[in-house]
Amino acid sequence: MTTATLTRSAARTEGRYGFRNVAEMEWLKLRSVRSTAWIMLVFAAGMIGIAILGLSHVAWSTMSAADRASFDPTNDGFAGLAIGQLAFGVLGALVITSEFGSGMIRATFAAVPRRGLLMAAKAAVLGAVTLVAGEVLTFVSWGVGEAVLRSPAPHAALSQPGVLRAVLMAGAYPALIALIALGLGAIIRHTAGAISAVVGILFVLPLILLPLGYSIQNSVGQFMPMLMAENSLTAVKAQSHTLAPGVGFGVLCAYAAAALVIGGVVMSRRDA
Amino acid sequence: MIEARGLVKRYGPTTAVDNLSFDVQPGTVTGFLGPNGAGKSTTMRMILGLDRPDAGTVRVGGRDFRDLRWPLREVGALLEAKAFHPGRSARAHLTALAASNAIPRRRVNDVLEITGMAKAASRRAGKFSLGMSQRLGIAAAMLGDPQVLLLDEPVNGLDPEGIRWIRNLLKTLAAQGRTVLVSSHLISEVAQTADQLIVIGQGRLLAQTTVAELSSCGQSLEEAFFGLTEGSAEYSASSIAYHGSL
Repeated sequence: MTTATLTRSAARTEGRYGFRNVAEMEWLKLRSVRSTAWIMLVFAAGMIGIAILGLSHVAWSTMSAADRASFDPTNDGFAGLAIGQLAFGVLGALVITSEFGSGMIRATFAAVPRRGLLMAAKAAVLGAVTLVAGEVLTFVSWGVGEAVLRSPAPHAALSQPGVLRAVLMAGAYPALIALIALGLGAIIRHTAGAISAVVGILFVLPLILLPLGYSIQNSVGQFMPMLMAENSLTAVKAQSHTLAPGVGFGVLCAYAAAALVIGGVVMSRRDA
Repeated sequence: MIEARGLVKRYGPTTAVDNLSFDVQPGTVTGFLGPNGAGKSTTMRMILGLDRPDAGTVRVGGRDFRDLRWPLREVGALLEAKAFHPGRSARAHLTALAASNAIPRRRVNDVLEITGMAKAASRRAGKFSLGMSQRLGIAAAMLGDPQVLLLDEPVNGLDPEGIRWIRNLLKTLAAQGRTVLVSSHLISEVAQTADQLIVIGQGRLLAQTTVAELSSCGQSLEEAFFGLTEGSAEYSASSIAYHGSL
């Protein structure tokens, strides 16, 4: 055997594949399937559509004094997060479960045997894409909501205290849900199962609290992602029985980190 | 060069691979033979680091698979025909894999040409026939121009022209000094390409031999193969039905 007989066009001995290579692969994977574009469309339609629906129907003249006092146009304009969080949750789950479902995961692992590195690259790409898309569409939906809100109802402005923070956090929240879903997907591996888990955490857990009485609802509910988004992160007027926005955001980041670490460890240990 | 030493893999009460040791040498095509359920695919998954052995080690080019510096440039594998996302085009699938190991983009075009997939490159892979899926899998295996190739039942779904093509391809790759391991449950198929043979049954090594040696036993290759694997087939059909299928 001599090297002269080999056509080693891709031969390379120095260095080693690393995070940048794997992240580039994940970026190429994410943009080369149609589901990503569809999910973005659903996210945009949900955020903007519901902001229009919610704020164009505000009838200030018939509202009670109590309703007027608690009226928070920024918070009300983000009701579309109910759809947006689900859209990005599905995207996050699909990033990994579609690979397990199709057999692609074995091609991926054969190219990138360091699975912790793979998980980090998937999380970074998914997190960056959903954060950018989330922030852009949140600012757009906030602006559209303010535009369709009719005077004399009071309008919000980014210069008012808490408004910019609420908009920024509203944009980051669906990205955190996507990362939680990625971690769950790595553990559950099946698309339907992982999406069910996401729906369970976002929508079903708060319902389970309902029959348990106010004290439990108030103490436990403030740690539930959807209620945190509605009552803490995106609220300009402080609501009772909620974490401060910064604390709530930190708790959600911790959830995402835990899901990713557990998902990465489970994926590294199990046979593919 | 692939070196397996004392590989063991259990699934619950079943022992799929049982103290398996063998070497796969460069410069030759090695056939990996055994009846269905003998543990061939499990062994290949362990070589690729996909499944963790319960005992033993396997090294590729002197390293644990997980420690390879550029896995795709060192080992190319075809494990199953449809290891791709059905919604992604053949080109997008290969381009993404290439990126993970910093393989130049032009190499994607090269392997699409080599495997005869250039015209189908922008079609969604989910629409491919089994034969085309197999070609895409082979294109992926060759992407990094690797020194070691592992192919699990590569002729599945290929038409006669495709079968002849893959035989020639494997011989050419081995003649270039590469290590080529090809699994099959058909001795007649393997004998067309392989020189070296590793025969397993019920997860155990039955023989590490050569096609020439096996055919010098005075019987037909099939008879010699059945002699080796007798009693180790997981699903033993009547011998008439088994022979009739060949």
